[in-house]
Amino acid sequence: MTNAWTDIKNTDLVVIMGGNAAEAHPCGFKWVTEAKANRGAKLIVVDPRYTRSASVSDYYAPIRQGSDIAFLMGVINYCIQNDKVQWDYVKAFTNAAYVVKDGFAYKDGLFTGYDETKRDYDRSSWDYVIGEDGYAVVDDTLQNPRCVWNLLKEHVSVYTPEMVNRICGTPKDKFLKVCEMVAECSSKTKTMTSMYALGWTQHSKGAQNIRGMAMLQLILGNIGVRGGGMNALRGHSNIQGLTDLGLMSNLIPGYLNIPTEKEKDFATYMSTRGFKPLRPNQMSYWQNYKKFFVSFQKAMWGKAATLENDWSYSWLPKLDVPSYDILRAFEMMKNGQMNLYFCQGFNPLQAVPNKAKLAEALGKLKLLVIMDPLETETARFWENHGVYNPADPSAIKTEVLQLPTTCFAEDEGSLVNSGRWLQWHWPGGSPPGEAKTDSAIMAGVFLRLRDLYAKEGGAFPDPIVNLDWRYADPKEPKAEELAKEMNGYVISDVMDPADPTKKVLEAGKQLASFGLLRDDGTTASGCWIFTGCFTEAGNMMARRDNSDPDDTGMYLKWSFAWPANRRILYNRASCDIDGKPWDPSRKLIEWDGAKWAGYDVPDIAPTAKPHDVGPFIMNPEGVSRLFTRGMMRDGPFPAHYEPFESPVVNVVAPKIKGNPVARVFKDDLSQFAETASPEFPYAATSYRLTEHFHYWTKNNHVNAVLQPESFVELSEELAKEKSITNGGWVRVWSKRGSLYAKAMVTKRIRPLTCDGKTIHVVGIPIHWGFIGAARKGFPANVLTPFVGDANIETPEFKAFLVNLEASSGPATS
Amino acid sequence: MNMELSRRAFLRTAGAGLAGTTLGAMGFGAVEEAMAAAIRPFKLANTTETRNTCTYCSVACGIILYSKGDLRKGERAEITHVEGDSDHPTNRGTLCPKGAALLDIIHSKSRLQFPMLRKAGSDRFERVSWDEALDKIARAMKDDRDANFIATNKDGVTVNRWTTTGFLAASATTNETAWCTYKVVRSMGIVAFDNQARV
Repeated sequence: MTNAWTDIKNTDLVVIMGGNAAEAHPCGFKWVTEAKANRGAKLIVVDPRYTRSASVSDYYAPIRQGSDIAFLMGVINYCIQNDKVQWDYVKAFTNAAYVVKDGFAYKDGLFTGYDETKRDYDRSSWDYVIGEDGYAVVDDTLQNPRCVWNLLKEHVSVYTPEMVNRICGTPKDKFLKVCEMVAECSSKTKTMTSMYALGWTQHSKGAQNIRGMAMLQLILGNIGVRGGGMNALRGHSNIQGLTDLGLMSNLIPGYLNIPTEKEKDFATYMSTRGFKPLRPNQMSYWQNYKKFFVSFQKAMWGKAATLENDWSYSWLPKLDVPSYDILRAFEMMKNGQMNLYFCQGFNPLQAVPNKAKLAEALGKLKLLVIMDPLETETARFWENHGVYNPADPSAIKTEVLQLPTTCFAEDEGSLVNSGRWLQWHWPGGSPPGEAKTDSAIMAGVFLRLRDLYAKEGGAFPDPIVNLDWRYADPKEPKAEELAKEMNGYVISDVMDPADPTKKVLEAGKQLASFGLLRDDGTTASGCWIFTGCFTEAGNMMARRDNSDPDDTGMYLKWSFAWPANRRILYNRASCDIDGKPWDPSRKLIEWDGAKWAGYDVPDIAPTAKPHDVGPFIMNPEGVSRLFTRGMMRDGPFPAHYEPFESPVVNVVAPKIKGNPVARVFKDDLSQFAETASPEFPYAATSYRLTEHFHYWTKNNHVNAVLQPESFVELSEELAKEKSITNGGWVRVWSKRGSLYAKAMVTKRIRPLTCDGKTIHVVGIPIHWGFIGAARKGFPANVLTPFVGDANIETPEFKAFLVNLEASSGPATS
Repeated sequence: MNMELSRRAFLRTAGAGLAGTTLGAMGFGAVEEAMAAAIRPFKLANTTETRNTCTYCSVACGIILYSKGDLRKGERAEITHVEGDSDHPTNRGTLCPKGAALLDIIHSKSRLQFPMLRKAGSDRFERVSWDEALDKIARAMKDDRDANFIATNKDGVTVNRWTTTGFLAASATTNETAWCTYKVVRSMGIVAFDNQARV
């Protein structure tokens, strides 16, 4: 989230698209209710199903899953055509005026530079014209036909209301009504918020779905303001924190990058990370990259990371592929290229697409290690559960170690919520049996391995034997010790260059902010964006002062929000170019003639003059991007692509199947249904229920009682056509697998008409498996395709093809 | 509820000095005692309160754990009740159908108790000690890493990566656990490193 849950009360219009907050985030949704009740805010829901969010909306519009980009580009087109643009914001705070290189173009669904064999682009033309002064060329009049604004205008012009109707199936009048309501928020005193979740991420173009809305929000002037923003409703309690801390193939904590093979040494690595400003005076905050990186290396390897060894740069692994994400890992496993696999609180046999492939892959491991508070299907993938998990244990040679861990109620530490608040919690109960904390298990594994390397030597032991592990009890580092390390501390005294008798930083002290981090080895910090969370003043994450001056919803003294305790990102943009709030009734910060101050921590240098320094301080431009240069693999503007399994041909680019640059493994390609396949005629999607949380709560008696049994949801029209009765059994199958479930025949899903064709949508809740207190059932990933988003490889769970028929149920039931 | 509480309070007072009261003199003592015994005692009396956060979604509702026993005094503690934290700015005491049932996930029958090993070709888990489990993991990792670690690529560039062992990290563990995990996994050169945010 750019904003916070409690800020949603400040909005005038909530758009829930790509999510279903009323059911999946009920206690956060209360802030929508607050805005409706106290501000007269409206709620729009755009979704294939008439969800419970829709049931309390002011306006609902149906959409075919996987067509969000066409819808969003259509709304942008409407705003441009009808002059519903927050012009002062767009001109001052976006790259609308930047002139783009002549080579760049878009035609027939492809941008310049496409290589079909590589399924990739040469993105060199997707960039600004750089002038002789070294800065990007801009045309503030927006007259230059090559400026971003005019390219955008042309790019979205195809997405007319008629085209949106053909692609999305949204009736034209409903689409236009949504456009009108959204467009009102181009006013300086009206704000819209976007609330989205996996309904946008779980697509082969998920990142571009989100970009589409972010662009719309910029055009309306809604980023950085109270009641505005791009608000990702994160799923699990610390999924934000795990991402911030970079537990991913290609990340270093704080959104730094693991090197690639092309970056053979530290100098080469840093050479592309200079982040020289693209316009005069801009902060381009990533210019401090080296300080964050060196401080991270010092947190990892302490004294062993030195200037002489390039701060142990070579001890980090270098990637030969963009990432060894979960899909690639299972592909490798299936091909016999993975021997050991750890699952820490993660149940991939249910959570990753194409269950049959996953089970085959797990069976090729030598050792699978499970760390979990609960039984999982993954831990028992080798166990025969009939139709629910057919397996022959005697034929599966994988050894499985299942290790019991503590759960949240028995563990201490911080979690990052959707709004980036790091909230500390304390243990209230003793763990069951011999369960241990995850930290104790990781320490146990590490200390043993370190001993083995010390005794036996072996492959490159340096990064292991030198890992900084100075904890009071090395066998179980305490949460506070780890938190202090993440925050960062001073390694050795730093003297004031102007007065060598004066200490600027004192060895051993906790750092108060990331502004103090240094690239000379005198500071250490595990995760620079968390700096400030545990300072000399104590554990800021444990703060519990819930005061909120003037009821702004900021709660600055409650816990700690990264970065720098800032509650709304880009909040400089809540003011006009002179530093005055766009909407005085929703003041956040303002320029008082000498400095920025207000209800939130300013997202800009406190004394940066408003006319000089742009609000988007992380970008070298100082402004936000309507055109993303070469930063996304599938285009600087979002373009409509169908899901890999689609009931219709791509209307705007008929030759293109799926996202043209999404990675597809060879064996998976043959497991995709043909476009508009008569064998798999129905458009399926997956989702969660209010009463269940993924695959956990089926282990909970209460939740298992509330929703005991798996079902699929289909329209009355489709049920009639297929002679399916409400409550009766159905069999649903895709090109990858088959499941049985009860039919829920509902008015909540209605057939859509896309380009003259009737499209039936089938909804598949995800929660069932062969373990737990609920009845045995099938998880949705029996059906889903093994392909991810082109930029970040999130699997396409939300749009795929199935067939279905009435059935007498599974033979074992 | 209020009525029940006031009656309970009344009965407790009444029961204490029953023999000397008019009621006692009238021969109602045994009835009153039986009634007092039938009333459930305060569920939350003598429990320890601990602030925590719901383990499910990222709304991150504040909760209060009520336990018999106090971990801070070195005692064993059993959580007997969970409720929403009304001081919390986001949820203000409310919980959804999942959060309201948290007690049952803490005490789920599916909670793992002991390290277990499933041997190759076996149809069951067998209990092992922590030392056996951790030794086995460390040995397997060492052997696999030594056999498959890639120090340099074909162009002679130092790459120091280990691709044959992978690690999937959680989504509900603390930042501190995540950082501890990060250090261990990265120090070994593991690249097949991912977490639940991917899906």
